[in-house]
Amino acid sequence: MAVGSGGLQDKPWTDPKAEPFVRVQGVSKHFGDVAAVNGVDLNIYRGEFFALLGASGCGKTTLLRMLAGFETPSAGKIFIDGVDMADIPPYRRPVNMMFQSYALFPHMTVGQNVAFGLQQEGVAKAEIADRVAEMLDLVQIKALATRKPDQLSGGQRQRVALARALVKRPKLVLLDEPLGALDRKLREQTQFELVNIQEKLGATFVIVTHDQEEAMTMATRVCVMNAGMVEQVGAPAEVYEYPNSRFVADFIGTANLFEGVVTEAGAGETRIVSPELGGDIVVGTGGTAAVGATVSVMVRPEKIQVVPGGNADPAYNSAEGIVRDIAYLGDVSVYHVELASGKRVQFTRANLLHTADTPISWDDTVRFQWHPANGILLVI
Amino acid sequence: MTGRTPWFVISVLILGYLFLYGPIFSLVFYSFNESRLVTVWAGFSTRWYGELMHNDALLSGAWLSLQIAFLTACAAVVLGTLAAFALIRFGNFRGRTLFAGMVTAPLVMPEVITGLSLLLLFVAMESVLGGPKRGMMTIVIAHATFATAYVTVVVQSRLGQLDMSLEEAAMDLGARPFKVVRVITLPLIWPAMLAGWLLAFTLSFDDLVVATFTSGPGAKTLPMEVFSSVRMGVSPQINALATIFIVVVTSAVVIANQLAFRRRA
Amino acid sequence: MRSPAKSFAAVVRSLNQPGAAGRLTALAIPYAWLGLFFLLPLLIVLKISVSESVMGIPPYEPILTFAENATLQIHLTFSNFVLLLRDDMYVVAYVNSVKIAAISTLISVLLGYTMAYGIARSPLRWRYLLLMLIIIPFWTSFLIRIYAMIGFLKDNGLVNNLLMALGIIDQPLAIMYTPAAVYIGIVYSYLPFMVLPIYAALERMDPSLLEAASDLGAKPWKAFLRVTLPLSMPGVVAGSLLVFIPAVGEFVIPELLGGLGSPMIGKVLWAEFFSNRDWPVSSAVAVAMLALLVVPVMMFDRFASRYFRGR
Repeated sequence: MAVGSGGLQDKPWTDPKAEPFVRVQGVSKHFGDVAAVNGVDLNIYRGEFFALLGASGCGKTTLLRMLAGFETPSAGKIFIDGVDMADIPPYRRPVNMMFQSYALFPHMTVGQNVAFGLQQEGVAKAEIADRVAEMLDLVQIKALATRKPDQLSGGQRQRVALARALVKRPKLVLLDEPLGALDRKLREQTQFELVNIQEKLGATFVIVTHDQEEAMTMATRVCVMNAGMVEQVGAPAEVYEYPNSRFVADFIGTANLFEGVVTEAGAGETRIVSPELGGDIVVGTGGTAAVGATVSVMVRPEKIQVVPGGNADPAYNSAEGIVRDIAYLGDVSVYHVELASGKRVQFTRANLLHTADTPISWDDTVRFQWHPANGILLVI
Repeated sequence: MTGRTPWFVISVLILGYLFLYGPIFSLVFYSFNESRLVTVWAGFSTRWYGELMHNDALLSGAWLSLQIAFLTACAAVVLGTLAAFALIRFGNFRGRTLFAGMVTAPLVMPEVITGLSLLLLFVAMESVLGGPKRGMMTIVIAHATFATAYVTVVVQSRLGQLDMSLEEAAMDLGARPFKVVRVITLPLIWPAMLAGWLLAFTLSFDDLVVATFTSGPGAKTLPMEVFSSVRMGVSPQINALATIFIVVVTSAVVIANQLAFRRRA
Repeated sequence: MRSPAKSFAAVVRSLNQPGAAGRLTALAIPYAWLGLFFLLPLLIVLKISVSESVMGIPPYEPILTFAENATLQIHLTFSNFVLLLRDDMYVVAYVNSVKIAAISTLISVLLGYTMAYGIARSPLRWRYLLLMLIIIPFWTSFLIRIYAMIGFLKDNGLVNNLLMALGIIDQPLAIMYTPAAVYIGIVYSYLPFMVLPIYAALERMDPSLLEAASDLGAKPWKAFLRVTLPLSMPGVVAGSLLVFIPAVGEFVIPELLGGLGSPMIGKVLWAEFFSNRDWPVSSAVAVAMLALLVVPVMMFDRFASRYFRGR
């Protein structure tokens, strides 16, 4: 399944001999009758920026808290750097966490907050001072060392929390929605900073987020979770371009999904009759299905092109519909087209020309097409 | 809030405060009365304050009450803080409902029942274990039991507002559980513990009924002395004592509030 | 059912969790204290209430005795409770206590709600002072405040002197040693317990709710009835329980302010215990009082466990 370019040495997860840094084996966590995490297996490699992505309540935070040691798994094992974590309390794990609420100690200054972890280790005073200064410098809040947390802005607090989690040079850093409380502009800027810091320190980062854009921007790999289980793990482009389920297709980005029945299952291509689309669909990638099976075909909106003049390329899949809605987003416009079956299809077009006028307007009948290689077959 | 406050609300408010403070002011006023007849004004005098200073029964009662209140407050803060921790931090442990019930019920339990039941316990303990002897210590035990409930309530609500991830963060950074409590939790909840201590002290210092039941021969607290003196009739010395008490409490409340206010500002 | 081995494993696992030993002690100390000094005494009261009374110390017959032939004998008697029902004095005292407590609670709700509402609506710079004036009596000695009430209400007290000086009455009103004095005393003593929870409930309310109600066309009076009042009900319930339950068992107020015409259970219990030295009967009086209060006390417990946990 591994697609994309780049050398193997950059992607340890594709190397079967590589030793994972964090191993999660069949881990479940039950709260009463509810399974918050249900049989999760994961391998995270040294130096990765690994994102746990999912809607609230999908179990991603519980999984993170089990890595930190605040929750004990009901079943399964967690190994960090080859050591079984079962009997290791949070204060002895080689792990530091950045909390969603930041959890800055309100009765201590910024400097004291950052120094706290080093003091617990019994580091010499002079060294503590040096390392705190170095860390505050790294996150660019050196001037705020003597302030108390309630005298800081949200962005500054976020930096203190980050510095505090990094100062002990942990092998594994856990971040629980680290940018959730920041406004959009600051969040985008901080995303790149976080990645730079992670590369500079070479530590392994595991981040929990519900924001797919955030996960895609920062992570080496994304783990999509749903109802306590892992749906798919892969590089950002992989989960976007090659989702393995309707859930992932729908959760990451926007997806057009057409239901249909397989009529021909060839070597590279599958032919599907889809009454929703009003014709046959040929799919070149994705899963395989036997003739007669009901399947879904997923096409991303940007993979669909409008055919000028209404003459589609016979090698492409195509259909016709009436434009019902147009959303102008600046860089692109989103078109909602209603097919004869009543099914709605979304596609986007880049606004290449410097004019507000578009050649397509409400109630126009348009023909659109996409290449068989750009559709994904999803077995239901 | 929007709109004008109705006139009757304002008049009830004024009447309510007159009702709360009228008796207190008249008491303070007549404590400076020369006459022994408490409500006939015969000129300004501090004579009753002087006599109060020579009333050995009241003074020794006050000394006993202060000792009891101090010990009660210390015991109740320890017990109440532990109970608050158990209720807020330990989740749903077995027997939690019973525990929560035992913690809150003393808040409203009529004093005569608390007093009677504890006395019967002390009598039973004396016959089975031979102690403790009824007196100051039994009063402290009794007072600490109901004062614990108040301390628990005060500390519990502060602890409930505390972000639990603060403690987790400290543990995550390498602090052991006991140290987390010492350097993170206690520094953040001590104002509530202090408030609980003061509340327990006041409740104990003020209590008549429970102390009367649980006291032994020779241990007469200040409220017990005051009560027997009031039963004999109104005495100007009690007026003077009450005035001193009101002045002390009022200044303590005002100072405490000012401090709390300045800390927040 | 869990197997013993499994439960044992669970205990071992829970002890391995961070700070488990500390947790166990933190729980055990207050649990043991309250069990020994709150729960056990109540059970002893229950036990003695079904014992025969005898002359001696302690003045009651033990329930359990080992007879000569080493068989356990149980002496249970309900004669103490029968006495309570037979003798008018007790029944009247019970009915009267509940009546006095209920009416005092009602008066406190009306007065306390209006005051709390007035404070909540007062300008911010006043509110601090007004609240403080409620809190000061709360911290001031209960006994001293009742004592102040005597000087206030008696025949030649401030109220009567003032009314006579103003020429409103010729003869002093006889308030002291009447049921009215008991009502006044209870409301006076417990008013802060009513005002503070109601104020807390009113203060927590989002002011934009009233703006929304008036935006939707509700007149101020309607907005109060449909929005403010329902949202402040938790405060009213808490305040009412804090007044009603202790008031039923009140001793000092009826003793010092009330006359012979207003017997209350607290007074009866005190007299049985200290004057008659009849421990089984006073225990029976206490058990009967507890039976009366068990529902309100449990209501309070349930309420408190939700209310005091800091949301």
